[in-house]
Amino acid sequence: MLVYTIKRLLALIPTLLAASILVFLFIHLIPGDPAAILLGDTATPEEVAALTREMGLDEPIWKQYLLWLGNVLQGDLGTSVFFREPVLKVIGSGAETSILLATMTMVWIVLFGIPIGIVSATKHGTWVDQVTSGGAMLFASIPTFWLGLYLILIFAVGLGWFPSSGFPSVSDDGGWTNLRYLILPSLTLAAPNAALIIRLVRASMLDVAREDHVRTARAKGLHPAKVAIKHIFRNALIAVAAAFGFTFAALVSEAVVTETVFSLPGIGRLVVQSILRRDYPVIQGVILVIVVLYMVINLLVDLAYARLDPRVSLK
Amino acid sequence: MALLEVSNLEIAVATGGQLLPVVRGVSFEVKANETFGIVGESGCGKSLTSLAIMGLLEGSQVRITGGSIHFDGRELTALSAEDRRAIMGAQMAMIFQEPMTSLNPVYRIGDQIVETLRQHRDMSRRQARDRAVELLDLVRIPEPGRRIDSFPHQMSGGQRQRVMIAMAMACDPKLLIADEPTTALDVTVQKEVLDLMADLQSRMGTAIVLISHDLGVIAETCDKVAVMYRGKIAESAATGELFSNMCHPYTRGLLNSIPVVDRDVEWLEAIPGRVPTIDEVLSGCAFHPRCAMAEARCESEDPDKRDVATGHTIRCHFAEVGSA
Repeated sequence: MLVYTIKRLLALIPTLLAASILVFLFIHLIPGDPAAILLGDTATPEEVAALTREMGLDEPIWKQYLLWLGNVLQGDLGTSVFFREPVLKVIGSGAETSILLATMTMVWIVLFGIPIGIVSATKHGTWVDQVTSGGAMLFASIPTFWLGLYLILIFAVGLGWFPSSGFPSVSDDGGWTNLRYLILPSLTLAAPNAALIIRLVRASMLDVAREDHVRTARAKGLHPAKVAIKHIFRNALIAVAAAFGFTFAALVSEAVVTETVFSLPGIGRLVVQSILRRDYPVIQGVILVIVVLYMVINLLVDLAYARLDPRVSLK
Repeated sequence: MALLEVSNLEIAVATGGQLLPVVRGVSFEVKANETFGIVGESGCGKSLTSLAIMGLLEGSQVRITGGSIHFDGRELTALSAEDRRAIMGAQMAMIFQEPMTSLNPVYRIGDQIVETLRQHRDMSRRQARDRAVELLDLVRIPEPGRRIDSFPHQMSGGQRQRVMIAMAMACDPKLLIADEPTTALDVTVQKEVLDLMADLQSRMGTAIVLISHDLGVIAETCDKVAVMYRGKIAESAATGELFSNMCHPYTRGLLNSIPVVDRDVEWLEAIPGRVPTIDEVLSGCAFHPRCAMAEARCESEDPDKRDVATGHTIRCHFAEVGSA
């Protein structure tokens, strides 16, 4: 397991290099002179020339890449044009919100998705199954921005249970109770993904339930609940684990919408604003962070897979 | 008093709002230390009969619609689901046709045997594990102390079927139901598994119900045999009596369709036609469309069960004519 993990980590290096080239070239894909674009319409030719020299844009492109890569490896992702601060610091300021939001979302997905999926599968064909499956279908189809607005309307404006927008850091006054700001956004983000997990848990469990070893388990005289959890769900979990990887990927893009609807100072909103501000170094930095995150999540899913299914050999 | 008494068992499949009978009026009894064989083609109802006895029909589209299953002084069809589970895996155990898929792929075989033991016996983990090693040794798995931690995929089909047998025998059941236990195995392994079952039976006095489509396996292992055709027992007798005095044309057809190696034959005899599907409504004897001896009477009148010799019953109008 350890050897496999190290091997996989080493295998990430070429992938990361390839990704870094694409991210680096991103700034050169913008039509026109990057320096002029970065400075905007009001820049004088002297300013453009100065920035071109400062950014090393007059050097050959491979040299620029190596220089940039060297900086990235030292944690220097460049400077935000808008904030006039290091990109890493700008991303870091959004990270707290995004990490807490993602964690809370994953908790909801597990808390709702798995138990409801299990109930739906074990009550297969009954009204319970019809209600849960129908509900899952509904939530999987609702766009997140629409659901978010409705949750604000009902729980923030109407009932006044939760704040409608913003997120003071947990280090501010209120500490961890500030997490109540994240309840509506995380529920919004969780709904379509939990719905998918419900449907997947249900479908996988119904598949596994037809397998011969489940009949063996029943022939042992085990309680149906024990057969459902220990034998059916445990096998269905193998397929569900893989889906958690996809779910995470979906969260990244859906978070952009959700953070915008709830005015959360997270990375998703930072991306949107940076695109509007043409703050290319920040966009570049966020893409790089997301690429690394994806790779790590993929690795974790593979490792989880091997843990869950003894037939998968890690070589 | 026999250990297992099945009388007039009726099983039906619920499809499209109606009940289609698939097992009709099946009766037999099995005593301790006895092996009872049920033989027939696919779809004749032999597997459903065994699942009904075991109590594994619950939750499916198939249900018992009549008759009784009396086991060890209790009427199984009248028991609650909970009482039924207390018997399953303890006094009554089952092994299945597909050893490759009958074990849970994600658990070690030892844990799967331990699960059965701890379900029915008041045992600590340690005790159950020690007992599991003994059981693996009993079914002749080499190095049981090491193999107990294997996963099913690390074992061959024959070994997995031995594990299934170990698991079934874990709580010293009075009755073992074996549904085609050797069908998926190589011939040499088949023999070993059958020998193992016979050996365990002689040691523990277990009664066995053996379901098979293979007359050879039945002839070798069973004390009594029932031949099933389309949900009914066509012929039933002690094994010796049946093979020396086959009366029902269907039984004879089954035997004739087995190739004999030391005889040079041009054609392998097969029973003409096919097994009727369960939704086909047949008048008279269910076998008449395929029967060489069929006459007008067979088309209109379903033969009743009758004795041709002591303990030898058939359902056929003309059986003796053919055997003479």
